[in-house]
Amino acid sequence: MHPAYSVIVFTTSSGAGYGLLFWLSLAHMAGRLPGGVMAFVAITLALALITAGLVSSTLHLGHPERAIGAFSQWRSSWLSREGVAAVATYIPAGLLGLIWLVGAEVGFTNILAMLSAIGAVATVYCTGMIYGSLRTIRQWNKGLTPVVYLALAGATGSLLLALLMSFFGAAAAWLGALTLVSLVVAGAIKLAYWRQIDADPGQYTAEMATGLGGQGGSVVPLDPPHTKPNFVMREMGYQVARKHAARLRRLSIITLFVVPIGAVTMVILAPGAASMLYLIATLAAAWGVATERWLFFADADHVSQLFYGATRA
Amino acid sequence: MTCLPKKTDKKLGLVIDLDICVGCQACATSCKEWNTSGYSAPLSDHDPYGADPSGAWLNRIHSFEATSAEGLAKTVHFPRSCLHCEEPDCVTVCPTGASYKREEDGIVLVNPDTCIGCKLCSWACPYGAREYDYDDGVMKKCTLCVDRIYNENIPEEDRVPSCVRACPTGARAFGDLGDPNSEVSQSVAERDGFNLLDEFGYKPVNKYLPPRINSVQAAPAVEEPAAPDGSRLEKLFAWADKALSR
Ligand code: SF4
Ligand code: SF4
Repeated sequence: MHPAYSVIVFTTSSGAGYGLLFWLSLAHMAGRLPGGVMAFVAITLALALITAGLVSSTLHLGHPERAIGAFSQWRSSWLSREGVAAVATYIPAGLLGLIWLVGAEVGFTNILAMLSAIGAVATVYCTGMIYGSLRTIRQWNKGLTPVVYLALAGATGSLLLALLMSFFGAAAAWLGALTLVSLVVAGAIKLAYWRQIDADPGQYTAEMATGLGGQGGSVVPLDPPHTKPNFVMREMGYQVARKHAARLRRLSIITLFVVPIGAVTMVILAPGAASMLYLIATLAAAWGVATERWLFFADADHVSQLFYGATRA
Repeated sequence: MTCLPKKTDKKLGLVIDLDICVGCQACATSCKEWNTSGYSAPLSDHDPYGADPSGAWLNRIHSFEATSAEGLAKTVHFPRSCLHCEEPDCVTVCPTGASYKREEDGIVLVNPDTCIGCKLCSWACPYGAREYDYDDGVMKKCTLCVDRIYNENIPEEDRVPSCVRACPTGARAFGDLGDPNSEVSQSVAERDGFNLLDEFGYKPVNKYLPPRINSVQAAPAVEEPAAPDGSRLEKLFAWADKALSR
């Protein structure tokens, strides 16, 4: 599948934003989030990342001005559900930000935080299911796909929270443990996902797609229907060289997991340089998650390519 | 509404005979011509006469070489367009409801006035039948010429999809595949018509008729040209040939 930059930016940026929103809501409910400016900055950053992502996702639409219509089909469409969940999450999160901005003393912030956390999980799950529900792409149509989206949002969000709190001089020990665990969990899930897609050669063949060849025969394209690639080939037939993909996969493992896990471990052992180390970890992970997302698309084979020379999909 | 209708009154669709299609592209050309001026028009092209032409077409004609287990090979011309599936996800994934399946006849359409051009439906189609129109910013697909088949302003013999009307060999037929007595259903029954990628489970309405067995023949044995025997006469001709072609 063609990796569209708008979608890579959208899913990584809003993923990190929802991850941050989730953790800061939980921290607030646990009474571990310092109030005042820090809480406001954190929730503003979360909402800014989410909004930047959502705006970027409308960039690849042919008619962004009609986007309001996309909230209507939540009964059947994960994309529509994602939109509904995203907008619904703005309400408690926005209120929470407002309360923290004016410094009001109200009793129901815990409820708003809980609703924000639930909204964050629901939205990221819907994002994952947009891809996970597509049976035409075997690398996406896996139970692990939404789990990967959730785990990576959680890991990148926890790094952001740790970075912010360390900037505000509030880097508590539990932050190190939280980031470390969420990074390790996300790494394990992503590695399991890669192992799963590598082991799946695809169950559909060009013979099934064309109904030709009969029992034990074969089909190869002779003349293409058009002299140059059409939309279907450009969008669905994008392929990255295997060697190149393997290199990028290693790169994303190093930048998304190895470097941040190393940096966070150092924070735990020597908390003195916490903000510097969290900064390194966050920057590496940002690069890593963008690479991971690019590969998520570039690695994906689409069944329609069986008509264009693919033998299995 | 992007939920699928529980059942449709009719199952209008095409039956494509792979045995007699000659790959002339007449159906694709007439489809483009009709649909670039009708429903959801135009079907825009980019760089049509240049080095890198592309554009939205609703019907594409492939050619495959199909080789049987016994090693008999045959060229098969293979028209491919939307199959108006009975249970397609291209409809249910649409966030706006622009992609829908009609309850009255089963035709799958895109509403060009509400489509936001997110392209998700094209991702959900295993047949590569939907093509995005970059100029219009909306998704395009075969409409089964919904603006012809019910059109009382055109002569009755023209009230079939444009591709069916154009095909010079009669390789395309249009009708109600939900009615077992219709001509199309009977030809499917007679000729063992099949579904493309049946295993995928979208239940396409369009059917394909396989190439007939007796039209697949072993290639006639080619007579080997006699090997040069090195005689004087042959040398003389070789010399003359070389001298004359200098
Ligand atoms: S062929 Fe593709 S576009 Fe047409 S109904 Fe089936 S899934 Fe949808
Ligand atoms: S491209 Fe248009 S028809 Fe297709 S899913 Fe998006 S809004 Fe629906």
